[in-house]
Amino acid sequence: MKKILVIFAHPAIQKSKIHKRLTDSLKNLHGITVNDLYENYPDFYIDIVAEQQLLIEHDIIVWQHPFYWYSSPAILKEWFDLVLQHGFAYGLKGHNLEGKQVLSIISTGGNKEVYCKEGRNHFTINEFLVPFKQSAILCGMEYLPPYVIYGSHTLNNPDIEKQTTKYKKLLTGLRDGNWGSDQIESAQYFNDILE
Amino acid sequence: MHYQDFFFQAFIFLGAAVVTVPIIKKLGLGSVLGYLLAGVIIGPSVLGLVGYDADKVMHFAEFGVVLMLFVIGLELQPSLLWKMRRSIFGLGGLQVLITTIVIAGLALLFDFKINRAIAIGLILALSSTAIVLQTLTEKGMLQNPAGRSAFSVLLFQDIAVIPILAIIPVLAAMNGNINLADSELNQLTPMAALPAWMQLLVLVGVISLIVFVGRFVARHLFRLVAETGMHEVFTAMALLLVIGIALAMSKIGLSPALGTFLAGVVLADNEYRHELESTINPFKGLLLGLFFISVGASINFMLLIEEPLIIVGFLGLMIIVKFIILIILGRFFRLRKGYDFLFAFLLAQSSEFAFVLISFSQQNKLLDDRTSGLLLLMVALSMAISPLLLIFNEKAISPILTRRQNKIEYDDMETSDNPVIIAGFGRFGLVIGRLLLANKYKVTIIDHNPANIEVLRKFGFKLYYGDVTRPQVIEQAGIKHAKIVILSMAEYDEALKVADFIKKNYPQVKILARAKDIYHAFEFFKRNVNTVQQEVFDSAAELGEKALIHLGFSKYEAYRSIRTFKHHEKEVLLDLYALWKEDDNKFIQEARRFSEQLSEIMQTEKDYLIHEPDYAWNISAISDETESQNNEQKDGSKHK
Repeated sequence: MKKILVIFAHPAIQKSKIHKRLTDSLKNLHGITVNDLYENYPDFYIDIVAEQQLLIEHDIIVWQHPFYWYSSPAILKEWFDLVLQHGFAYGLKGHNLEGKQVLSIISTGGNKEVYCKEGRNHFTINEFLVPFKQSAILCGMEYLPPYVIYGSHTLNNPDIEKQTTKYKKLLTGLRDGNWGSDQIESAQYFNDILE
Repeated sequence: MHYQDFFFQAFIFLGAAVVTVPIIKKLGLGSVLGYLLAGVIIGPSVLGLVGYDADKVMHFAEFGVVLMLFVIGLELQPSLLWKMRRSIFGLGGLQVLITTIVIAGLALLFDFKINRAIAIGLILALSSTAIVLQTLTEKGMLQNPAGRSAFSVLLFQDIAVIPILAIIPVLAAMNGNINLADSELNQLTPMAALPAWMQLLVLVGVISLIVFVGRFVARHLFRLVAETGMHEVFTAMALLLVIGIALAMSKIGLSPALGTFLAGVVLADNEYRHELESTINPFKGLLLGLFFISVGASINFMLLIEEPLIIVGFLGLMIIVKFIILIILGRFFRLRKGYDFLFAFLLAQSSEFAFVLISFSQQNKLLDDRTSGLLLLMVALSMAISPLLLIFNEKAISPILTRRQNKIEYDDMETSDNPVIIAGFGRFGLVIGRLLLANKYKVTIIDHNPANIEVLRKFGFKLYYGDVTRPQVIEQAGIKHAKIVILSMAEYDEALKVADFIKKNYPQVKILARAKDIYHAFEFFKRNVNTVQQEVFDSAAELGEKALIHLGFSKYEAYRSIRTFKHHEKEVLLDLYALWKEDDNKFIQEARRFSEQLSEIMQTEKDYLIHEPDYAWNISAISDETESQNNEQKDGSKHK
């Protein structure tokens, strides 16, 4: 069984339709730790030592956040800048993260259709997520296909219910190693594997 | 005076003060009482170390009052004085007028002639500037409503001394001693011989001179002296200034105290104000102490033993009459909720000016020797009793009043069901209250200062006046329905007491507390109150942040440094708390408290290593590595 660290960033959780329900559903799940960045570091003063320790203790790192301006909310970028230090995460002596897996879980306002060359946003999610992917690669980690929750503005209660079940299935599945590496490698998005 | 004698006297006076005052202070009583007691002890009635010539010392020491008014003037901007005109002339004027009339009327009943009765009325209407202001300063009450009103009255009385000095010979003349009276008055104030318009002219001239010199010349003079860098010359200069004004004032028949007060006010916005203040202060303190000692020493207990009933009776009568008039006037001038009582108790004694006025009347044959002796004793005794009256007010009257007022407040107020209760609404609580109100929370406030209460009720706060340590008050304020209680009060032990009460009886209510220092914080930790804010830490840290910016840090760099420091402080605090809990010897002397705290913090600080939070933004490690590798690494490692 693998240990999962969900690094979660949402600056206005009280206004979030979906994320609060998702992370709440992880309570009491064995082997899954939620690290709410805005809750823990409201002043952006990230405790670097503690964060690095968390990374070392877990096998799968999840970056979970709403998709803001085709990227993450600000604190996650701050987390990258501070926690993924040279000498810890990369560089000649930085091998602490090697071999771990990384998964992006994001929610978008727009539907699946708008994220393609012909759509309103002109690029695919995978294209937008290139900086995250390359950051993972630089640290010697495996970047899993991202999991996307589309159209979060229009979700109603039953939708959220369904999303929550899928989300739990995803994280527990990863924890228990339910999917083979070839199955994962062949997928564009983790949504495809779950479907 | 012989050298030996002089030093012996000085030794006795200083010794008495040094022994008595700390003991009295330890007992929680004011220094004035200590000095008076010291005087009584060394006086003829007890040890007899100083004879009846103590009044010579007293005349010299009265200069302390002059210095005190100068210092008070320094702290009073002219605009503030202007604002007080109503209470100075209204309250002060009425107090002197009514008290004089009532006491004179009573004297008539005791078969005094009308002129003597008026003189006695005038003499006893005054209150002691020295005792009252010293007490107010010591207790930090100059700014509260009672303190300010008392100050106004005293100021008016100081002004009133001048016409009283002029009236006494006239009153004496009614006995048929016109010539003598005239010559006496002439001796005292040569100006009195001048026609009235000339007097006025001289008066205006001298006062304008003081204002002019204070405004335009003093600054340059002070700078010249200060530039010499010799502190004692500056001291000499300051004393010279005060003594000069006092002399000039006496010359034209004004009270020296009033003159120096005026000079102080004029210099209040001078840049050398603080320098002047700290230079004069020690002299002021010593002389005032000397003055109180000599008052104590001058109490003639023999007379008291001879005619105890008469003296005690009249003394009681005088204090009661003054008290009643003061309390009525106080109420009339909107002093409420205990301030009226404080005001009346403050001013119920007689004045040091009375000593001067009584002997002046005696010289003018207005009062006979026996009456003068009795009056002098009454005045001295009333001054000695004055601190006791205040203690009586503090311990007996104000608790009763507080209780009664609480009851009244309860009657017209139902229990509140607001989610937040703020206990203590001074500068600290105000900020919290504003923030919560701005975020649309309903807030209930408990405070024991009625002045705050009146204002804030208008702004939508629900207010309870009362002592928060009393269970009824906090229950009435709705603790049952509250989610959180914020203990923002400044009182150290009371806050802990309230925390205990809430933890015991309403454990579901969260407590957020303001800590005066780290030990206060630890006391809260011990009671499982974990949201504790050290009262000055954050604002001090933020000023430190601004200092770093001025020293060349970029704003964000300074901001980060302060964040680091604050988080580091949290760790230090927890560490110290662990030590503190183990420590059995928890009792730390009040005086040693701060230095103890300082050295412990500094030690822990040294043992700790502040970890470098901004290491990641430091690119030197990366560039070193990149250089040494000679580009053999993969792309992208140049910058990251």
